[in-house]
Amino acid sequence: MVSILDIIGPVMVGPSSSHTAGACRLGLIARDLVAGTPESALIELHGSFARTGEGHGTDKAIVGGLLGFRPDDERLRDALTIMEKEGLDFRFEKTTLGDEPEVHPNSVRITVKRQHRQHVMLGASLGAGRIKVSQIDGYPVEVDGSHHTIAVVAEDVKGSVARIAGILSDDGVNIATLRLTRKHRGGDAFMVIEVDEPPGDNVGADLRALPWVRWTHRIDKVGG
Amino acid sequence: MYHSLHEAIRDAEARGVTLATVALEIESRDQGRTIEDIREVLGRALAVMRHAVEQGLTGDLRSNSGLVGGDAAKLRTGPAGPLAGTVFRDVLMRALAVQEVNAAMGVIVAAPTAGGAGVLPAVLLGIAKQKGFTDDQLISALATAGLIGAVVAQRASLSGAEGGCQAETGAAAGMAAGAATEMLGGTPSQAGHAVALAQQGTLGLVCDPLGGLVELPCVFRNATGAAIALAAIEMAMAGITFAIPADEVIDTMGEIGREMDVRYRETAGGGLAATPTGRRLAKERLVQIKRV
Repeated sequence: MVSILDIIGPVMVGPSSSHTAGACRLGLIARDLVAGTPESALIELHGSFARTGEGHGTDKAIVGGLLGFRPDDERLRDALTIMEKEGLDFRFEKTTLGDEPEVHPNSVRITVKRQHRQHVMLGASLGAGRIKVSQIDGYPVEVDGSHHTIAVVAEDVKGSVARIAGILSDDGVNIATLRLTRKHRGGDAFMVIEVDEPPGDNVGADLRALPWVRWTHRIDKVGG
Repeated sequence: MYHSLHEAIRDAEARGVTLATVALEIESRDQGRTIEDIREVLGRALAVMRHAVEQGLTGDLRSNSGLVGGDAAKLRTGPAGPLAGTVFRDVLMRALAVQEVNAAMGVIVAAPTAGGAGVLPAVLLGIAKQKGFTDDQLISALATAGLIGAVVAQRASLSGAEGGCQAETGAAAGMAAGAATEMLGGTPSQAGHAVALAQQGTLGLVCDPLGGLVELPCVFRNATGAAIALAAIEMAMAGITFAIPADEVIDTMGEIGREMDVRYRETAGGGLAATPTGRRLAKERLVQIKRV
């Protein structure tokens, strides 16, 4: 849903809401997938991101997001220097991820590694700082960073949605939207749950304790 | 949020209230936030806009590439043209100031985008200074501008990569024109005509930044975008109407954007970016950025 505050905003470091602020938010989401600054990252830029990213500071902004800087943080300007100083292995490549309109012209695929975790996400910056993450680990999702979001990969068992909703309800968290997808019948199910309140730390632990949950992660709100 | 300005204008006029009022009410309902809370966030945006104008007017900012900077200060202290001493020159100066800050990776409010961030603060703050409008009035104007931008986002696009500069400084001109017209006492219908008058003047505008940098012509396109907004405001306040409704002008912008060749959508592959001088400057300056 479009909000006035998305249009009159964000307050951000220039020069481009799509190539700087949106790119920073995509970096923040990739960071969240590994719950901290990744030790290494492969950042594959597509379309306009690949062609004009350098001049717009897209490289600085994505790296800044991976480092945990928000779009209005003036340290974005120096993100590449900070990355080098901290000895992080972040690499950029220019690539083609597909054709328009299936793939947005400002798209990026980010593969992040930290300790034993590795995840890959595909996202796009839609303009005016708005973003959409369309794939995580190969599962189709739709995360726009405007809500706190919980992603769950689970075996396709009966009653899974009810159990998960119960855990959230016990934590006092209200579900705003819920989307369930699976690659095929009986295959892994992928749930994207947007919630109104930040879920407590116990929610992740309770979800992980379910024997049929393979992976779950909380993605903090990065916009709005 | 409203999907059309027609519905917003109809609701506002039926109740005898402003577009800002209906915009804040629907935002409050959609987002589950109080109107006071939303106004407070808009107030913080207003403060950042003011600060960016002041920072830009110091004249000592340079972009990474050095392609732009220092021109806002020239309009403040430079020789007089035919518009010296008018709100027009004041607005042009403010638009350049904000965009120079943006190009230097300073803090601005993307409204609707960073590339078009100079138009709205320039027009609103310039007119408010001339007329002595309060912050409360400016915050209401930002709500009206947000409503217009939200309609453009849903019906067309606010991204240069999708729709060219008509979706950035063009949309910003429409937002500024409608919002300022209402702030000046225009009716919701008059504000709608101001949006249509501004956006019709930017249809087809391409996004062709040198080297892909949000610098040239972006900084100047914010000034000319603000000038188009002022023209639209003056016409709408005089009671001039535009026969094609604002929603249809916005739809046209979206259609033109979808048909626009990729060279003209922020890729630096066409337009001014592809001129011999544009290519040469971009090459020289990008090398310079890498050294910084």
